[in-house]
Amino acid sequence: MNKEPMITIRNLTMRLGGRDVLHNVNLEIGRGETLVVMGLSGVGKSTLLKCMTGLLKPANGTIIIEGKDITKLKPAELNELRKNIGMVFQSPALFDSLTVGENVAFGLREHTRLPEEEIQRIVAEKLAIVDLEGMESLFPSQLSGGMQKRASLARTITTNPEVILYDEPTTGLDPIMSNVINELIMYLQKEFSVTSVVVTHDLESAFKIGNQIAMLYEAVIVEKGSPEEIKKSENPVVKQFITGSALGPIKV
Amino acid sequence: MLIIIEDFGLSVIRLFEYIGGLVFLFLETLGWIGRGSIRPRLTVEQMAILGVNSILIVVVTTAFAGAVLSLELAKQAVKFGVGRYVGGGVAIAMIREFGPMLTAIVVAGRAGSAITAELGSMKVTEQIDALMALATNPVRYLVVPRFLACIVMIPMLTMFANLAGTTGGGIVAYFLAGIEPHIFLNSIKNTVILSDLWRGLDKSIVFAAEIALVSCFQGLNTTGGAAGVGQATTGSVVYSIILIFISNFLLSAWLFPIH
Repeated sequence: MNKEPMITIRNLTMRLGGRDVLHNVNLEIGRGETLVVMGLSGVGKSTLLKCMTGLLKPANGTIIIEGKDITKLKPAELNELRKNIGMVFQSPALFDSLTVGENVAFGLREHTRLPEEEIQRIVAEKLAIVDLEGMESLFPSQLSGGMQKRASLARTITTNPEVILYDEPTTGLDPIMSNVINELIMYLQKEFSVTSVVVTHDLESAFKIGNQIAMLYEAVIVEKGSPEEIKKSENPVVKQFITGSALGPIKV
Repeated sequence: MLIIIEDFGLSVIRLFEYIGGLVFLFLETLGWIGRGSIRPRLTVEQMAILGVNSILIVVVTTAFAGAVLSLELAKQAVKFGVGRYVGGGVAIAMIREFGPMLTAIVVAGRAGSAITAELGSMKVTEQIDALMALATNPVRYLVVPRFLACIVMIPMLTMFANLAGTTGGGIVAYFLAGIEPHIFLNSIKNTVILSDLWRGLDKSIVFAAEIALVSCFQGLNTTGGAAGVGQATTGSVVYSIILIFISNFLLSAWLFPIH
């Protein structure tokens, strides 16, 4: 695995509602690596992802992706970079007025001049990857939660981004469907060398898919390491989070 | 007392923020249109949703508005023996004032609220974020087609409204005041000039821009889940109607001066 950082985050501070949601966050993610950011709900994990795709502007710090500081790009340059960064939303934010096929084809229709047959072929291929063959004509509301997440993932990978950001990809799914999503994330990493950042509070998922795991608590990264290192961590916050104990330093 | 002053100050700041937001949205929308960044398919779709689906309600409301206007005018006019002028009075009032304004109010209630609800629910379900993450500008993709659809369809609806209102007025004048249709029509011919129609339509273009911008702005700035969508939608109709009334007065004073 190439360890040259694909994403470098330096001193990232994000302020929302008068308080620091992220404070001096530093992270490096190697090319083709999967970093899992775990932490309690509402701790700022999604905010971190939104900063990384330029949806939120941080108060301070830099986020360098492919050598470009996303916090300083002009709108047109940001859009150009975004074509190479996919994001899978928690909700999962499919366009509900468009069919699944139109959702998946969205990036291609917006940013390429491919002929319609080629677009249809790519859409079918991506839907097959996420196990949703032949579902092109359905609307998102006709899909189950798990299917919506997979359709959202298909939409994200249509334009073959090198970086994919996942916001709670397994939240609200049954264990089997969570595992399907985990396998998909690992498949994309293995087959297409995708660099991924996954935010989650699903521990099983975190340990399964992460090459590196970072723990976010009270706006700062309190620990970062391999899954094994995190499991053995002596940090009381990490320990309490992993064991799920109600007693400990974590304020709930 | 200090709290009242503070609240008032905050409200003023919010008002200016809101107006500033609308102006920025307007400039950005014009910027995209100026660069020729127009989606014909999306625009036609919006024109169908906004225009075709609003015809019936616009025609019905303005026909009855014209009818009631004629009823009151005819009553007085016949009393003073000037019933032959009723047609002109009704047509002028419809073409200059009631046609553009009632159409705008009906569309703000029907289509403006739908635009806000749609964009607002897209906002709270992260679909707008998804759009941006897919490197697509939401103003270009969502606002420009709706803005253009409003600018084209609302003046067209206004023409239907003018016709419906004047016809409604004519029918009432005939049946309730005994004013013959040819007298009613003659009065219109002698009173209304083409520039009345154009100026009325100019007003409706301004109203169209107000409705499109307010409803899109409200939608794109929705926060707070389903309740937020409800609030944004109500706000969209209220602010649009307030703007329509204020701008109608200013435009009428400018376009149809007393002297």
